[in-house]
Amino acid sequence: MYRLGIDVGGTNTDAVVMKGKDVLAGIKAPTSEDVTTGVVAAMNGAIAQAGIDRANVSNVMIGTTHFTNAVIERKHLTQVAAIRLGLPATACLPPAVDWPQDLKTVVGDHGYLVRGGYEFDGREISPLDEAELIRIAKDIQSKDLKAAAITCVFGPINAEMEQRAKAIIQEHCPGLPVVLSTDIGRIGLLERESATIMNASLLRLAAKTVDAFGDALRDAGINCPFYITQNDGTLMAAETVKNFPVLTFASGPTNSMRGAAFLTGVKEAIVVDIGGTTTDVGALQQGFPRQAATVVDVGGVRTNFRMPDVFSIGLGGGSLVREQNGAVAVGPQSVGYKIIQEAKVFGGQTLTTTDIAVASGKAQVGDPAKVADVDPALAKTAMDTITSMLENAVERARVSPELIPVIAVGGGSILMPDSLGDLTVIRPDNFAVANAVGAAIAQISGEVDRVFSLEKTTREECLVLAEQEATQNALAAGAVAETIQVIEREDVPLAYLPGNATRIHVKVVGEMGGSNE
Amino acid sequence: MAYQVTQSDLEAIALGGAFLGTGGGGDPYIGKLMARQAIAEHGPVTVIAADEVADDTLCVPVFMMGAPTVMLEKLPSGDEILKALAELETFLGKKAGALICVEAGGLNSTIPFMVAAATGLPLIDGDGMGRAFPELQMVTFTMHGIASSPMVVADDKGNSALMSTISNLWTERLARVVAVQMGGAALVAAFPMNGADMKKALLHGTMTTIRDIGNTILSERKASRHPGAALRAMTGGAHLFTGRVVDVQRATEGGFARGKLTLRGIDDFAGQEFLVHFQNEFLLAETATGAPICMTPDLICALDADMGLPVTTEQMRYGMTVEFSAIPADPQWHTPAGLELAGPKYFGYDHEFRPFTTGERA
Repeated sequence: MYRLGIDVGGTNTDAVVMKGKDVLAGIKAPTSEDVTTGVVAAMNGAIAQAGIDRANVSNVMIGTTHFTNAVIERKHLTQVAAIRLGLPATACLPPAVDWPQDLKTVVGDHGYLVRGGYEFDGREISPLDEAELIRIAKDIQSKDLKAAAITCVFGPINAEMEQRAKAIIQEHCPGLPVVLSTDIGRIGLLERESATIMNASLLRLAAKTVDAFGDALRDAGINCPFYITQNDGTLMAAETVKNFPVLTFASGPTNSMRGAAFLTGVKEAIVVDIGGTTTDVGALQQGFPRQAATVVDVGGVRTNFRMPDVFSIGLGGGSLVREQNGAVAVGPQSVGYKIIQEAKVFGGQTLTTTDIAVASGKAQVGDPAKVADVDPALAKTAMDTITSMLENAVERARVSPELIPVIAVGGGSILMPDSLGDLTVIRPDNFAVANAVGAAIAQISGEVDRVFSLEKTTREECLVLAEQEATQNALAAGAVAETIQVIEREDVPLAYLPGNATRIHVKVVGEMGGSNE
Repeated sequence: MAYQVTQSDLEAIALGGAFLGTGGGGDPYIGKLMARQAIAEHGPVTVIAADEVADDTLCVPVFMMGAPTVMLEKLPSGDEILKALAELETFLGKKAGALICVEAGGLNSTIPFMVAAATGLPLIDGDGMGRAFPELQMVTFTMHGIASSPMVVADDKGNSALMSTISNLWTERLARVVAVQMGGAALVAAFPMNGADMKKALLHGTMTTIRDIGNTILSERKASRHPGAALRAMTGGAHLFTGRVVDVQRATEGGFARGKLTLRGIDDFAGQEFLVHFQNEFLLAETATGAPICMTPDLICALDADMGLPVTTEQMRYGMTVEFSAIPADPQWHTPAGLELAGPKYFGYDHEFRPFTTGERA
């Protein structure tokens, strides 16, 4: 049986066919505006190159940076009503208070503070102000907002008020998608609220994207289950992604880093993944992406997901290069998947970083004659800017003076010089499709998140029990027993509940069955 | 020397406050955002040296008390601290002339900047702890006989309580119950004192210290160096150990986040195991066999081993790698009076206080 890994980037869609640890074929195709065409082209290309029967594909794993790019580029986001239940507490810092202004403008800055919320011990701060929610529902309709995000103070210990608020809003705005913060994140109001608002603003794009993937696979005659990779490098059933696109935010970097480690066999390195629109820089430690210990910045917003510690900059092979008042600006805007029409080397009118690389003689793509008119001084300044952007990003990820290699992956890695400062650059075989390899080797997880009573037992026993249960879940989902390891383990005592209750969250991961065959 | 603090200084101040927070006192991020909003609205904050304050000026510490985990989730309304200060002034029949930071670590390192911006009062360069501590009476003010009451405790809902107590320990007991009832976190104006007393009791210059620590963290990170070594050189500290968190045990009891971390040593410390006990702050670091290696009131400061940012007890998660440093507390804390207030015995740890020493663990 074969595994198909697909990575849909802003610019390219990559596909690999893997059998066990071997990459049988890897194909890169431009991401199409409808997503589907690019997926089908890459997938068919990879299947043909591998010369396999598509009926023998057992699993399809898709990684996509679509949703992250949407936030970074402030594109395809819908306007969201950000409703917080907690007044009179929390008034000093309204929703999205720490967001960059441009993102706030796109998502709409429709913050609503409502009386409600819980104290830490489960008491109400104030009773839920239902009349205010009805007024907000009317406002949502009159402003034609496309989704709502509801965040209740101490919602993670009691989801009831968020659920009640959702029912009221949907009663008055039939069909309006409403995202609850308790489904998205943990304690930490601003971070959980921000993630919830971003999730809500991405729902429309998520539904469209997942359906497009499903259709593409079916039309191509592939009927096995398909999964989408999430932040921690594990897989999520495709339908779930429609409701929780935000949980895929860092899956691109996770996949490319795991792919880079897999392809090079190098365990300590800095991985630079240059796509069409963004560059992600992260560190590999013992073959795994280094996890962010504290808060993670996504498009300038603080979140508290468990994610690889990756730093993104708006630089890719499709980034616009513009001259303004003698200065050269590179990115963050990108022609993205339209690079094959719009970049000059492909006959277009837009000057991109790829054109600069070709004009400088660093790369051979498209027709070099089409960039012969680019001012060499401009090309040099732009190339220097690109190199210094990459150097800064690598320096930021580097925390020791040790000379570890830089692994360059991704389609845009033609922008990468052969060395960066004092670090050497490695380009593995299949470097361009490392993301898709990472997706194909993504792990399956098993999770337990529920309240345990410590009345007749101990915390340690409950943790063991939860771990066993999570392991069973992972095995049932197809994980190989001997590869299972715990990646998350935490317990939050709920002091106000009778019976000394504690909420335990355990997550285990393992290799998907079939990967070692 | 007086100087102005603008929005751009808050990043460093919050980082330095987080470092001296010794894992507790709440994440200064919230306080930083509150201060940023207030400075944007009212203009910069003036920080003045203690000796620039007249002896008869009323100086008032302003702070938040409660469980840090609550503060991450239930943000203040923003009005309660102004109400607490105004009610205290009304009771005393005198206007405050300057504000004091009670705790140079954690959330309370940034809260006074918000109050100073909102009221236009100067903030005195110094504090009462030189770090974070979990209880209200654990300040040098107590050692100098300055009473915490009259004081006002105010909550987000509009409740406030004016308290008059016989000792600062009683204030802690009573105010803590009030704070728990108010929802686990409340804002407080207390320890009203005149300029003359303030100059004797204050730990001088600590507002500038946290800014400098923050700037060091920023510049070391910018130079791709882990800031741990530079901070230890700056503060006379020592490297305790670096380890990976293998267990976090927590309980919220009486408004405190208590717990214990188990860490497995990495790098130079591979093969060893360490325990770190916390009660809001890291208070005691031990070897696996229970031999103490650093204890309160000395500072146990944690930095993310990879990125070099301060980490709080509530951010501790399974799998994180953390570098722990010990920093000597101000000499006032090593006196019998200081140890009685905040030594290991007070927190229920059965150890005689010993200052940490380097090389002891070898």
